Amino acid sequence: MEDFLLAFLNWQIVQEAWPILWDGLKSTLALSAMVVPLGIAGGIILAVLSTLPSPWVRWPLRVWVDTFRALPPLVLLIFLFAGLPFAGVDIGAWGAVAVGFFLNTGAYYGEILRAGIESVPRGQIEAARSTGLTSGQTMRHVVLPQAVRNVLPDLISNTLEVVKLTSIASVVALPELLFQARQAQSVTYNATPIVAAAVVYFILLWPVVRLLSRLENRQLASRR
Amino acid sequence: MTGWERFTDSFFNARVMEQYLPKIIEGFGLTVILALLIIVAGLAAGLLLALLRAFAIRPLNWLIIFTVDLFRALPPLVIIVLLFFGLPSAGMELSGFASTWLALALVLMAFSEEIFWAGITSVPKGQWEAARSTGLGFVATLRDVVLPQALRLTIPPLTNRTIAITKGTALASVVAVQDILGAAHGAVSHSYNPSPLTMGAIAYLILFFPVVVLGRWIETRFAWKR
Repeated sequence: MEDFLLAFLNWQIVQEAWPILWDGLKSTLALSAMVVPLGIAGGIILAVLSTLPSPWVRWPLRVWVDTFRALPPLVLLIFLFAGLPFAGVDIGAWGAVAVGFFLNTGAYYGEILRAGIESVPRGQIEAARSTGLTSGQTMRHVVLPQAVRNVLPDLISNTLEVVKLTSIASVVALPELLFQARQAQSVTYNATPIVAAAVVYFILLWPVVRLLSRLENRQLASRR
Repeated sequence: MTGWERFTDSFFNARVMEQYLPKIIEGFGLTVILALLIIVAGLAAGLLLALLRAFAIRPLNWLIIFTVDLFRALPPLVIIVLLFFGLPSAGMELSGFASTWLALALVLMAFSEEIFWAGITSVPKGQWEAARSTGLGFVATLRDVVLPQALRLTIPPLTNRTIAITKGTALASVVAVQDILGAAHGAVSHSYNPSPLTMGAIAYLILFFPVVVLGRWIETRFAWKR
């Protein structure tokens, strides 16, 4: 038991490794602050495009979305980071993460927002248009605000997944929390830094999980 | 070479692709097996936890809720790394395959427990009372009255979540498993050509694209009329 504690919950190691982990936490937060808005922007573009009636837009859009929902994000990231340089395009770790998340999480946000837009009754759009609003204004002031409210639990849930997903940036050596924890582990020959990183993730994300579990229960129950 | 030739030579190099195709196919098999094992274990454990929770034993339920929250909050890669690189310090060794399986099965367990539980609680209390008053026991009520209705409701969210978590099998490549991504990434450093990655991406699309389309279909098919 004592060996276990020394190897996993060693307070002295936590103190030693903390500056390294703290840098990682800051990068994880910066990364999240970058990729969440990117993903939402991608999602809004996809969702608004999907309201166009033409099948020439609808079908390519659906294939695009399903492709990036089918491709594991890590595969996309490795492709952008390790594959593209062979074509003379080297966008670096941050660039690969930004593009990868834009494509992957954009597809997910897009699906959610599309469902939200479809949940707003058509009559409202017609009413808004008949008061003289342009279609752009109708989208911005009438449809999107209600769409977002209707799918808020899904949006929060997806955002939680995106923040968790930033941990894959460690694979392309971007110094976020998990990467820094691995570094600290190899310096200290002790697993405690990884446990500490897990604890940090948990403290950061537990409140969101609690909130979601309440919202989701209510949502499923209201379907009957 | 023109730009186009250079592009195809890099990403669609027939010679490299032919050479590494068997490796990718092996990786494909490994990914499929890993995914199936995760789905079976994760869903079974999730359903078991949800059923246990229905017995409303306070301390046990707190433990279940905490476990579920824990595996919903932690990034899957963090759990995999913890199992693979951490456990050896405690004298326990798990292979990369086993670490990924256990980590993702636990994550799927957590998410599916939430969904199963939401399904169970969505069955109105009156049905429990009615079933019990006809003489059915607690277990019979749960099994024959509540679960059939609850499960139908859980199918769409469960399908989507299962697909999302199964895609995480690609994380196994981080702990040296030769799954599709592991094999493809390794082949890139051997051949100094990214064509294996193209093949890997295509392999993932062959595997997951139909599943994503199926998930979309299930979502409309099982949707409750409002």
